[in-house]
Amino acid sequence: MRRTGTLGKWLVSGPPIVYLLLFFAIPALIMVLASFRTPGEFGGLAPLVDEAGKPDLNVESYVRFFTEPVYAQIFVKSFVYALLTTLICLLIAYPLAALIARSPKKHRDLLLLLVILPFWSNFLIRVYAWMIVLGPQAALARTVNGFLDWFGAGPVPLLFSGFAVLVCLVYVHLPFMVLPLYANLEKHDQALLDAAQDLGANAWQRFWRITFPLSLPGVYAGAALVFIPALGIFAIPDILGGPDDSLIGNVIKQQFLETRDWPFGSVLSIVLTVAALALAGLAAWIGAHSTRREASGA
Amino acid sequence: MALLEIQDVTRRFGDFTAVDGVSLAIEAGEFFTLLGPSGCGKTTLLRMIAGFDVPDGGRILLNGEDLASRPPEARPVRTVFQNYALFPHMTVHGNVAFPLKMAKTAPADIRSKVAEALDDVRLAGFGKRFPHELSGGQKQRVAIARALVTHPSVLLLDEPLAALDAKLREEMQIELINLQKEVGITFVYVTHDQTEALALSHRIAVMSHGHVEQLDAPSRIYSFPRTRFVADFIGTCNLLVGPVTANAGGLVAVAVPHLGTVKVAAASEIAPGAEGAVALRPEKITLHGTAPAVSADNDFRGTVSDFLYHGDVTVYLVTTEGGGKIEALSANSAAGRTKFFEVGDAVHLSWPAAAGHFIAG
Repeated sequence: MRRTGTLGKWLVSGPPIVYLLLFFAIPALIMVLASFRTPGEFGGLAPLVDEAGKPDLNVESYVRFFTEPVYAQIFVKSFVYALLTTLICLLIAYPLAALIARSPKKHRDLLLLLVILPFWSNFLIRVYAWMIVLGPQAALARTVNGFLDWFGAGPVPLLFSGFAVLVCLVYVHLPFMVLPLYANLEKHDQALLDAAQDLGANAWQRFWRITFPLSLPGVYAGAALVFIPALGIFAIPDILGGPDDSLIGNVIKQQFLETRDWPFGSVLSIVLTVAALALAGLAAWIGAHSTRREASGA
Repeated sequence: MALLEIQDVTRRFGDFTAVDGVSLAIEAGEFFTLLGPSGCGKTTLLRMIAGFDVPDGGRILLNGEDLASRPPEARPVRTVFQNYALFPHMTVHGNVAFPLKMAKTAPADIRSKVAEALDDVRLAGFGKRFPHELSGGQKQRVAIARALVTHPSVLLLDEPLAALDAKLREEMQIELINLQKEVGITFVYVTHDQTEALALSHRIAVMSHGHVEQLDAPSRIYSFPRTRFVADFIGTCNLLVGPVTANAGGLVAVAVPHLGTVKVAAASEIAPGAEGAVALRPEKITLHGTAPAVSADNDFRGTVSDFLYHGDVTVYLVTTEGGGKIEALSANSAAGRTKFFEVGDAVHLSWPAAAGHFIAG
């Protein structure tokens, strides 16, 4: 019995492990290796072993990253965009998720369906749709510029700007913030809010002392689901951004597909991954410490 | 003037009237219990005192002030909720400090008051624990400490012991009595458990279908139930119902089908022919193996058809000669015996006229 039990366990957990090894772990290792190699003469990679029979491994691409400040600047800009996206998504998604969680049970499924409805159309189509919404001839741009003209300010382009990139980033990632927040808020016990009110807490205190701290796991999950993809995105700046709105995702894509400098592209990818992990770790650490302080009522 | 006055309070949910014109006056320092089966309106009444529900009619006065305009957070009453409702993300200290912080108490005072409240419920030193690290009884005590720390005028308790096991419940009952005596705060206690109500309360309001059936001290509720509902709901009771055949000299005779004429001492104006009931507690009946030497006011013969052995007492179910069923209880206190009768034994049931309690109607 025990043997079949073990076999069954392997049969169930084996395929996903093999899948992850083949398509995640091995490619990641290949990328780490590529970051230490020399770019080929016509793109791609130079042979791993040179004519003298010695392995051709070096840290030149890393040196380049740390000596040319433009890349660090793009990194910082990408982090700022991802952070803003996350914050704006949180501010919009929280009331929305709370509203759905508190609406009658029979309406909740419909409301959730509406949240994920945009996924039914293609990602790129949704991004291109923003070109029309933000275009210079669209009602929005004309209203805004008419308003600015009133105050004597010059017309501003909405499309092909950092603004357009941010608006679309928020739009695309919003459901990823709403869903984990809803899943969390929906489980909250009304008795806790009754108790808080009974103990003298007004509406704001009930939210800030009870609902919000208890929703933090949902906030963290939503923030991770928004921040990480927003950090690496390249399609939105490509389509809606201006020439100065390239983010790190665009640079990486450029290195692999246009400049064909695979080692440098690998270096950028690795730095991005490590930076994102470090940030997530820092956030988790801060989160754990602040909850402990709050818990004791200090 | 009573501390808490409930004046003709009514609450309807659609066609259903949960609380129907209830008036009560609860005194300062009293342990007052609202007792009744589920759906009798006791919890709705409690929620209206706390402010979570609004009466459709009537007034609730605290110290003579109408509470209608005050939201729950502005009422000087606190509630102990059925499932404790402790904040899971705060420690015991954080939970008990919560109402103090809401009242903008100085941090130094918070510390000493929390320590004092935890001491009152015998949880000193538990401040750093989280609710999930506590047993059911400890959680209950934290909930009580949290509700008492600001010294409210009234403490509302909504079936606070329902989730505890029997042994712990008894311990907590004794603690609650002592705590209430110690802090001197008015307790309004909601329960469906009549033994709990009898053990804890100074006064009990027995509720049914949104009405107060009887408002009295526990011993009077038990011994002199005013309605059949109260007699039946409180403890076990033989309800012997039938037409009144005679009423003279403080003695009422009721012709009970399947049993016979039962005599009961009662000062009642009831005329023969009207329906009445005799409430007779099982422990007031004496069981004999042979006919008693001195004949009692009521004496019937029957056969033991079943019994429940409880250790200290045995409850016998006796089928009378006419086919009626009567429950009788006898203490297993005789030396050298476990109990007195077996199934099938012929027995005599007897009780004096004063043992029963007459209920008109």
